[in-house]
Amino acid sequence: MKRSIPLAIVMVGGILFMIQYFIPHQYSQTLFDYYTEWAPLVGAFALVLGVGSLSRLHSHKIKRKAKNWQYSYAVLIPLFGVPFFALIMPESLGGGIMQTMGGDRVTQGVFDFTYMNVQVPIQATMFSLLAFYIASAAFRAFRAKSALASVLLIAAIIVMLGQVPIGELIGKWFPKIGLWILRYPNLGAKRAIALGVGFGMLATQLKIIFGVERNWLGGAGE
Amino acid sequence: MLRKVPALLLALLLATGLAWAQGEDPPPAESAETGETAETAEEAALVGEVEAEITASTVSSTLGDGMVAPGNIVVADYPNDAGDGLLLYFDPGSEADNENFAGYAIYRRTLGEEELLLVGTIDADEGAEFVDGYDPDFIVEPGVQYEYQVAAMYLNGAEVPSDPVTAQEVASGQIYHAGKTRVLVGCVLFLGLILFYFHAAQRGVEMYLRPIAGIEAIDEAIGRATEMGKPILYVPGLSTISDVATIASITILGRVAKKVAEYGTPLLVPNRDPIVYTIAEETVKQAYMEAGRPDAFDKDSVFFLTQSQFAFVAGVNGIMMREKPATNFYLGMFWAESLILAETGSLSGAIQIAGTDAVTQLPFFITTCDYTLIGEELYAASAYLGREPKQLGSIKGQDACKGIIMAVITLGLLLALTDIIAGTETLDWLKSVVTMPIVD
Repeated sequence: MKRSIPLAIVMVGGILFMIQYFIPHQYSQTLFDYYTEWAPLVGAFALVLGVGSLSRLHSHKIKRKAKNWQYSYAVLIPLFGVPFFALIMPESLGGGIMQTMGGDRVTQGVFDFTYMNVQVPIQATMFSLLAFYIASAAFRAFRAKSALASVLLIAAIIVMLGQVPIGELIGKWFPKIGLWILRYPNLGAKRAIALGVGFGMLATQLKIIFGVERNWLGGAGE
Repeated sequence: MLRKVPALLLALLLATGLAWAQGEDPPPAESAETGETAETAEEAALVGEVEAEITASTVSSTLGDGMVAPGNIVVADYPNDAGDGLLLYFDPGSEADNENFAGYAIYRRTLGEEELLLVGTIDADEGAEFVDGYDPDFIVEPGVQYEYQVAAMYLNGAEVPSDPVTAQEVASGQIYHAGKTRVLVGCVLFLGLILFYFHAAQRGVEMYLRPIAGIEAIDEAIGRATEMGKPILYVPGLSTISDVATIASITILGRVAKKVAEYGTPLLVPNRDPIVYTIAEETVKQAYMEAGRPDAFDKDSVFFLTQSQFAFVAGVNGIMMREKPATNFYLGMFWAESLILAETGSLSGAIQIAGTDAVTQLPFFITTCDYTLIGEELYAASAYLGREPKQLGSIKGQDACKGIIMAVITLGLLLALTDIIAGTETLDWLKSVVTMPIVD
């Protein structure tokens, strides 16, 4: 029962929505809209489970005095503190901190202030690391260790120089060849991968609909 | 005296500056307003004159000259829709030759009502056809009889309306989208092939699958972690469970977790999505049970980290640097964080196996990981690991589908060459057969 009901729902739902794609009738559209509106609600409830997991993990760490257990407080205090103050005493978050926004000085709540001045810069820092990692990854990728790696290196140099003004100064053909590489060999390879991905998705979805693939059921799958 | 020169120059500069600043003063508010009012009044007068001229030279004269309104209005049900659209077309009147003609206004009312509502307009160069029902403020109800009126609009705001016409048809939804027939044929063909190979595999037909290095390295990577006594990190992507790549990743996680349970190696599975987290936890728990070691399952090994993309990356990178896992798996859907994760893993000295269907992230994984499952290989991994007949059949079915596509591409190439040599247009024929316009 634990296994057959979800499998039946998936099979009926899968086939139904496969057919729905070909039926433009209002009833069919209403069913689709209803489903797409309803599905995200499940996600909202599942978030509670996520918060539960995070709380359990860090409370265990504190209880066991595991390595770096003190940092667990840095997770748990804001995790419960922010929603608590936001829901119970929303006025306590409006701390009257002056902040310059678009040339005007406005009063901002503590929550907004923390978000804009702590979380956003931290996230931007993480994202900006990408630039350095791209440089180091490119250095590793473009080492001419073999004939194929040399081809990759030459292609990369042409494409890179084709994208910047200095490339055109070196040779008028740089941007043209760079564009040709992007438009033909590169696009061909990308399309081939996309085609394979498309069929892979189709086969995986069929396996799920017909119950061949059951791992998504978690523990009930076997 | 020389000492006083800078002071004198400064005083001179100050005086000049003050005089300049006074000269640049904005005019008093009253005079500015007066000026503005005067300008506005002048503009209004000019506009009024132009309007009067247009009216005099066009509408009044044209109407007087027997201006013909748009006519022969035909209203038909819009095809292949949910019953919320009507197609209206008409014959233009004599307005098309008028240089002040601006377009058409479409009015509608439910049969029996008095008031006509403006439901849309057509620009002068957009022809004489209109699809009613696109505007959410003026929806078309299925089965309701409407009346339409088309008015030719002029630059001065005047309109020459037709007589209201009762729609010849009412909006109705279709049971089948005729524009998707080719998609249906393709689906039936490909589904048929995959199902055929499902059954062939079940009947015991021997099927060869080419070895994939990344999949074969999974056992080796788990063994390495076991030997080193270090944990294995498994990131099931950052997407939701509705992403097929995530489902494929969860399947592989089950296989990996079973091996991990057999070897007694610690496993860490951080999750970004709460639903994926619950499924991953159940999958790992089940794998430990299958391996006969349910007691070895640590509930804290599978955990939810955060839904924020870069906070998740920071968390996982922290785990990599603190716990120093011997093996990292990145299987699923990834975005900009792929390189940050894989490069940190590479710096920590772990053996890394990645797999994604995100074409833009593949180069990053190929560069930084030891093995990468490219696109469909991610979906094939569970079949390779499980070696179940039906799973192998699905891989063969996919290959057969790709074979058809390859045959069509080769045919296209040959036809293109034929067209170049013989001057024929056979490639256009092939295009008309296998391609179709994008439909809703």
